[in-house]
Amino acid sequence: MIFYIPQDTTALALGSEAVASALQTAGIEPIRNGSRGLFWLEPLLEVETDQGRIAFGPVSAKDIPSIIAALDVDPASHALYQGAVAEIPYLKSQQRLTYARAGLGDPVCLENYQALNGFQGLKKALEMTGQQIVDEVKDSGLRGRGGAAFPAGIKWQTVHDAGASTGADKEPCQKYIVCNADEGDSGTFADRLVMEADPYQLIEGMIIAGLAVGATQGYIYLRSEYPVAHRLLNTAIERATQANFLGDNIQDSGKQFHLEVRLGAGAYICGEETSLLESLEGKRGMVRAKPPLPAIEGLFGKPTVVNNVLTLVAVSSILEQGAATYQNFGMGRSRGTLAIQLAGNIKRGGLIELAFGVTLREIVEDYGQGTYSGRPLRAIQVGGPLGAFLPESQWDTPMDYEAFAAIKAMIGHGGIVVFDDGADMAAQARFAMEFCVVESCGKCTPCRIGSVRGVEVIDRIVANENRDNNLILLHELCDTMEFGSLCAMGGMTPYPVRSALSHFPEDFLIQDATGAGQDAALASSQNVTGSLSGDAAGAAQGEN
Amino acid sequence: MGISQIEQQSISDLVGQYKPLSGGLLPLLHAIQGDLGYVPDAAVPIIAKGLNLSRAEVHGVISFYHDFKTSPVGRHTVQICRAEACQSMGSRELEAHAKQTLGLDYGETTADGAITLEPVYCLGNCACSPSVRIDNDIFARVNGDRFDDLMDGLLNEHASAERSAK
Ligand SMILES: Cc1cc2nc3c(=O)[nH]c(=O)nc-3n(C[C@H](O)[C@H](O)[C@H](O)COP(=O)(O)O)c2cc1C
Ligand code: SF4
Ligand code: FES
Repeated sequence: MIFYIPQDTTALALGSEAVASALQTAGIEPIRNGSRGLFWLEPLLEVETDQGRIAFGPVSAKDIPSIIAALDVDPASHALYQGAVAEIPYLKSQQRLTYARAGLGDPVCLENYQALNGFQGLKKALEMTGQQIVDEVKDSGLRGRGGAAFPAGIKWQTVHDAGASTGADKEPCQKYIVCNADEGDSGTFADRLVMEADPYQLIEGMIIAGLAVGATQGYIYLRSEYPVAHRLLNTAIERATQANFLGDNIQDSGKQFHLEVRLGAGAYICGEETSLLESLEGKRGMVRAKPPLPAIEGLFGKPTVVNNVLTLVAVSSILEQGAATYQNFGMGRSRGTLAIQLAGNIKRGGLIELAFGVTLREIVEDYGQGTYSGRPLRAIQVGGPLGAFLPESQWDTPMDYEAFAAIKAMIGHGGIVVFDDGADMAAQARFAMEFCVVESCGKCTPCRIGSVRGVEVIDRIVANENRDNNLILLHELCDTMEFGSLCAMGGMTPYPVRSALSHFPEDFLIQDATGAGQDAALASSQNVTGSLSGDAAGAAQGEN
Repeated sequence: MGISQIEQQSISDLVGQYKPLSGGLLPLLHAIQGDLGYVPDAAVPIIAKGLNLSRAEVHGVISFYHDFKTSPVGRHTVQICRAEACQSMGSRELEAHAKQTLGLDYGETTADGAITLEPVYCLGNCACSPSVRIDNDIFARVNGDRFDDLMDGLLNEHASAERSAK
């Protein structure tokens, strides 16, 4: 029997290390696999038996003796028995491409990766021209997974073509592949999970990107809040280099690619691509005005692909399985699968990879099984701190970039944060402004100062100070931030604020004793809804 | 605050080591902080000279990022996640509890130098909130009681270390 117990951040945070020790005490050396992303079952102990691979969860160290005893007799008799891992409905019903390997084995074991079709995409890419690789990515319909959903193939084409006119006699133009692993949105952990459970897939995707556009140096800009991913990525890079998948002569192809992890330093704005590039250059993470696009003048002024972890990872499977396979998943212009991250006050939180098109309600009710607290669901925030709060009337929206844009919401990086009926939406609106105060890069006034004013105005509204005028003021402030900010930090902070105001106006009335302000506040909030203008979500995020 | 000769030397060594790295200022600052626990003011001129930057530029970078500390911190850094998913699971209460029981506001260190309390915005553990990070370990589903246990662990570890030193 082979035992597996994950070394993923969430599994560790729930005590998987103690479970591993308990197994060792019992004379068993477990394989430290990645997580399947079924976080509600972590620590999930898996055992390879004669009857296949079965699971127990959530286990703690004290359960180990009884599990070992049950394995000798009848595993199913144990209270924590979950049956065959692959048959757990939460997992079985998913469409896993990116996370197909997650949890199967030791994430940094190179032999394991190769045994599970790893580096097959790279093998094909090494026999293709850069243009052929770019075309394959274009055909797949892959759109960037970092939030803005810009077509990856088109970005790659720009970098591929950049610097080509310098003439055949000149040195090839230095270009870079930068992986955006800043994953700052609350409610997101898809990048983390894939980096911790299947890091070679990211390395493979980045090498393929390098071959496609002619870049020989890659950087993974990783947030410092991810110490486990940092350790695993460094180990994986070291081993991939030893095995000649990275370096001066990849698999004796004559092609080269070098890769390095660089740590962020606790700044949300450094997830914005130009701020990230400044940070990688060793500067303050101040957002750059665009143009020039990073694809033309990026890192150190050179043509640079900046892609999210999941975008680059998807390229590995696109090259391996073909563009058509990938493109077959999804709906409308949202092709492939989406890594949905179910988080917050939810019974069964975790990673759910599905084709685009599933509704929010299916995710939260069928997969999530309602709130963790057992209380009624109230609001759902999708797409991180700049995403709108959605009331129940909007939960039937399919997960599709365009469908979300149509209701002034965004899928962003795919994070879903669930709140129960104890949530105070005025406090959430205030937090959105406060977060902008803390994380603004400071370049533009509407964002830097507007957010400070926003906190104050919301405080006055809740304290019932000159409420009607302050509601109008808040509304105007939101307009100023939305239209006067250089990037989506200031430009979209109004989204959670306005959605809280328009869908949960009663929360802004809590301290109103007279009841007189109520109608005015409701009327005013309807104005706010009515004036939510156009597709600013698209405008603010349309940054590529 | 002044720093010792040894500390000055170790900063100079690190500057020399990171100088060849393109865009190496952040890695250098992380390394200095990893060594000393913070980036002392006295490091700024050494870094500026070594990397051919102005002091203002170096200072500007240090102050931009939440991670970099300019004064000594406790032996353990305790970060409480303040972001939305953790809020939905009661991190506001946890935050209040932590501040009250430790007698600290964010950025402060206990008198015995054991614990510095910090805010953090998401640790990627949002399916099992509220989350707390202690040094390089992350903890899930931390309520008030669990927090107290974790803090007791840190304080006891210190007490027993002192005992064995005697
Ligand atoms: C405030 C802000 C924060 C962002 N944070 C991230 C992030 O953490 N990770 C990410 O991949 N993209 C983030 N983005 C989007 C990036 O700017 C950029 O669009 C993305 O890295 C491009 O990669 P993709 O095309 O593969 O999505 C952020 C954008 C803004 C405006
Ligand atoms: S909107 Fe805010 S974060 Fe974005 S550039 Fe302006 S000040 Fe910086
Ligand atoms: S919001 Fe707290 S861990 Fe993500």
